[in-house]
Amino acid sequence: MEITQLPVHELMEKLQNKELTATQITQSYIDQIQAKESDVNAFVTTLEKQALEQAKQVDERKENGELLGKYAGIPIGIKDNMCTKGIKTTCSSRMLENFISPYNATVVEKLNEENIISLGKLNMDEFAMGSSTEYSYFKKTANPWNLNKVPGGSSGGSAAAVAANMVPWALGSDTGGSIRQPSSFCGVVGLKPTYGVVSRYGLVAFASSLDQIGPITKDVEDAAILLNLIAGHDEKDTTSVKQEKKDYTLHLKDDIKGKKIGVPKEFFGEGINQEVKENLEKAIETYKSLGAEIEEISLDVAQYALATYYIIACAEASSNLGRFDGIRYGYRAKEFHSLKDLYKKSRSEGFGAEVKRRIILGTYVLSSGYYDAYYKKAQQVRTLVTNEFEKGFQKYDAILTPTSPTVAFNMGSKSNNPLEMYLADICTVSVNIAGLPAISIPCGVDKEGMPIGMQLIGNKFEEEKILNMAYAFEKVIKFRENYQPQFIRK
Amino acid sequence: MNEYEIVIGLEVHAELSTKTKIFCSCPTSFGAEPNTHTCPICMAMPGTLPVLNEKVVEYAVKAGLATNCEISRNSKNDRKNYFYPDLPKSYQISQFDKPLCEHGYVEIETEQGKKKIRILRIHIEEDAGKLNHDEFGGGSLVDLNRAGVPLIEIVSEPDLRGVQEVDKYLKKLKSILEYIEVSDCKMQEGSLRADVNVSVRKKGETAFGTRTEMKNMNSFRSITRAIEYEANRQIDVLEDGGEIEQETLRWDEVSGKTFSMRDKEDAQDYRYFPDPDLVAIKLSDEYIEQIQNNLPELPESRKRRYLEEYHLTEKDANIISSSKYLADLFEEASKISNNPKAVNNWIISDISRILNETEMDPVEIPFDSKQLGELVILIDKGTISSSIAKKVLVELFENPRSPEEIIKEKGWIQISDEGAIKEVVLKVLSENPQSIVDYKAGKDRALGFLVGQAMKQTKGQANPQMLNKMFIEEMQKS
Repeated sequence: MEITQLPVHELMEKLQNKELTATQITQSYIDQIQAKESDVNAFVTTLEKQALEQAKQVDERKENGELLGKYAGIPIGIKDNMCTKGIKTTCSSRMLENFISPYNATVVEKLNEENIISLGKLNMDEFAMGSSTEYSYFKKTANPWNLNKVPGGSSGGSAAAVAANMVPWALGSDTGGSIRQPSSFCGVVGLKPTYGVVSRYGLVAFASSLDQIGPITKDVEDAAILLNLIAGHDEKDTTSVKQEKKDYTLHLKDDIKGKKIGVPKEFFGEGINQEVKENLEKAIETYKSLGAEIEEISLDVAQYALATYYIIACAEASSNLGRFDGIRYGYRAKEFHSLKDLYKKSRSEGFGAEVKRRIILGTYVLSSGYYDAYYKKAQQVRTLVTNEFEKGFQKYDAILTPTSPTVAFNMGSKSNNPLEMYLADICTVSVNIAGLPAISIPCGVDKEGMPIGMQLIGNKFEEEKILNMAYAFEKVIKFRENYQPQFIRK
Repeated sequence: MNEYEIVIGLEVHAELSTKTKIFCSCPTSFGAEPNTHTCPICMAMPGTLPVLNEKVVEYAVKAGLATNCEISRNSKNDRKNYFYPDLPKSYQISQFDKPLCEHGYVEIETEQGKKKIRILRIHIEEDAGKLNHDEFGGGSLVDLNRAGVPLIEIVSEPDLRGVQEVDKYLKKLKSILEYIEVSDCKMQEGSLRADVNVSVRKKGETAFGTRTEMKNMNSFRSITRAIEYEANRQIDVLEDGGEIEQETLRWDEVSGKTFSMRDKEDAQDYRYFPDPDLVAIKLSDEYIEQIQNNLPELPESRKRRYLEEYHLTEKDANIISSSKYLADLFEEASKISNNPKAVNNWIISDISRILNETEMDPVEIPFDSKQLGELVILIDKGTISSSIAKKVLVELFENPRSPEEIIKEKGWIQISDEGAIKEVVLKVLSENPQSIVDYKAGKDRALGFLVGQAMKQTKGQANPQMLNKMFIEEMQKS
């Protein structure tokens, strides 16, 4: 098997027993990037030279007997909305086309401490707003399973790069499904942790109360490992939760017999693609065969989650994106005749259409006279959604749904229809609204060979449970062994 | 004119004297090179997050308790959204509907007796940066040193009637903030500023008139001048049958007039909403109790003590207790010199006069209580005369050091040696025989003249009591 096809936990073993060096691993990935990037367009910035240098250093230090972390020398890809000192952080926006952060995001610091090597910054929908990565200012990332299809979004570059074996794993961010939906479209594993588990410091904010960084990996074990590396309280982020350091791999391989899974009927109704539905039904049978207890439940209030999500996310975004004003950094219009004109032109020219649409929406819902009808009401519904999930988790260990109502769609098919694009998030947003952890894992392919994703939602801070259940499932269906992306164009 | 009543409400912004900013660990000190007290957080670099400085909450609670407010157990931070180059995040983190402190009051003395000025609320927020208009390049330069410096905004009810009450309220508020040591209230550095709301109505009316607002006033003098001007302007408009427009005005110090800002500030929609980057502020009863128990003695109580323990006059006790710095100076120098009466006199007369003349705030007095105490001791011991002491005081203001050192260095030690005094007395008498004649003829003024001559010859260093005594003795002899 090719080096780049191995999951990180296997790469790590080969590094440990000196079958492979960090340089060999890094070089293999660089070769793969060079082979596939022109098809996939996953990267905004690649760091081939730097990565090789770092790999060489790691090898030398190890040779000299220095004790480095278990994952020292393993490469990674980072979504381009996490700040990296000295390296461009663009958020795939013209606004930040040449922006270099003066500091590292906390997650980046943590990876640096482990001597994990960054291969580059990955493409995304501009400021993480979108579900197809078509809203990147720089390029459209393609789905490695079918290059005419979108990889999903907003972490489309991260998911596509992992699927195309251009990085062994990647960091994504998830505000309404931005890790899970592209993971589902690209046939990889994506985990959105509980809100507050991973520090947001250095993640360029889209919607502060919903954003969460998480792993996109080849398999479930890697997701647990990467979460171990990035989780933890951060003094710089007061919304990050103070809890004892956990080992998320600890219960990975536990028996899932007797575990209770709730299947909400609302997530299998109208708008869900028939093949997706059938595949999920098969997955449910697999769980039954593993001894899990499955029950149909109702999550009635979840139907309001999408509207709630777009109100809250846009409201927060309209304020968070105010700082891109052309004054201190970022894009500034060349000609202007007053301060107001400077603001207007810089923001009109620096932001793309979707970002502007959401800023306008958010500004509207926060305006006096509308605040109560929209923002306040949305916060009330948010409480209802949270309560309904809480009630569910009194009885169930996990809730199972499709990750997305469809498989990856064709490029250009939704990019001019925002409402239809928003519906791509229908299965994922309620998780962010309630601050819960959820994982998307591949559960099969459709007739055209496009991957289908299954979402397992857990109770707050119970990532171990969903990881455990995802792991058991993965062992049975052996998705990666049976299917690999073929980079076709159809 | 006199049938009108002026109604004023104030929003006072006080910079808190915490060492670091409200949401990052940059220093708050004034006067640094532009943009040197900044970091990615207060410059609003993408991805940064605020962390609330707990001292800011503590200071605000102190201010609330010292002004008789109720302290909220559950409070939060909100974003106030607007674009301006001195506001790097394009929103100010402030408090909207759940301020830390509510429903308090401050008591002032008016001609009709004591009056309570109600405080609607006190909330915490961050200051903005500063724009420096470039005289050469024609553009503006942004200095973010002040961005993120903590402020409390103290909002009064429209309970103030006329400029005297405003002046008293502001002084009282300033004095309280100084006493509890949460703000140094240096107006010229902008650490105390006020937005002033003014309306007028006919006496006896219960409904308020339409108000206008003047923002960012930073001296007591301009506040009172602006209120007087604005109230008269409003009365003129009403008398002419016009209507007052609710608007924000700009006070121009030079012309002494208010001007309409014309950009309809009031139409601005700040789109307040809870800041999702910050967790709610929850305060326990124990926390509040602890701050309450550690509140320092406030001006009222000090004044009472000065009347009872030190037997100061009401007027003197008012002046000294009005400023924590004066009060501390008084108590400590009294302790050192064991002569509170003399210390009181120095503060009320010479020190106050110099403060007035130089427009200096008591906090800026450069010498300390030890030096003032020593000065009083030196007079009491007869080492220097009170006229020398006045010169020493001027020296203390200019270049503070030990008074003993000053008089040694300047050669101002009082001549109390009998032989030396006698020598001068005899010399002066021999030079002024007519004065002796005058004195004997009953003209007391002659004695004063002789003492003055002796002082002149000794450059003020002779002991005046001894001179007096010796002149009389010598003249009676002859």
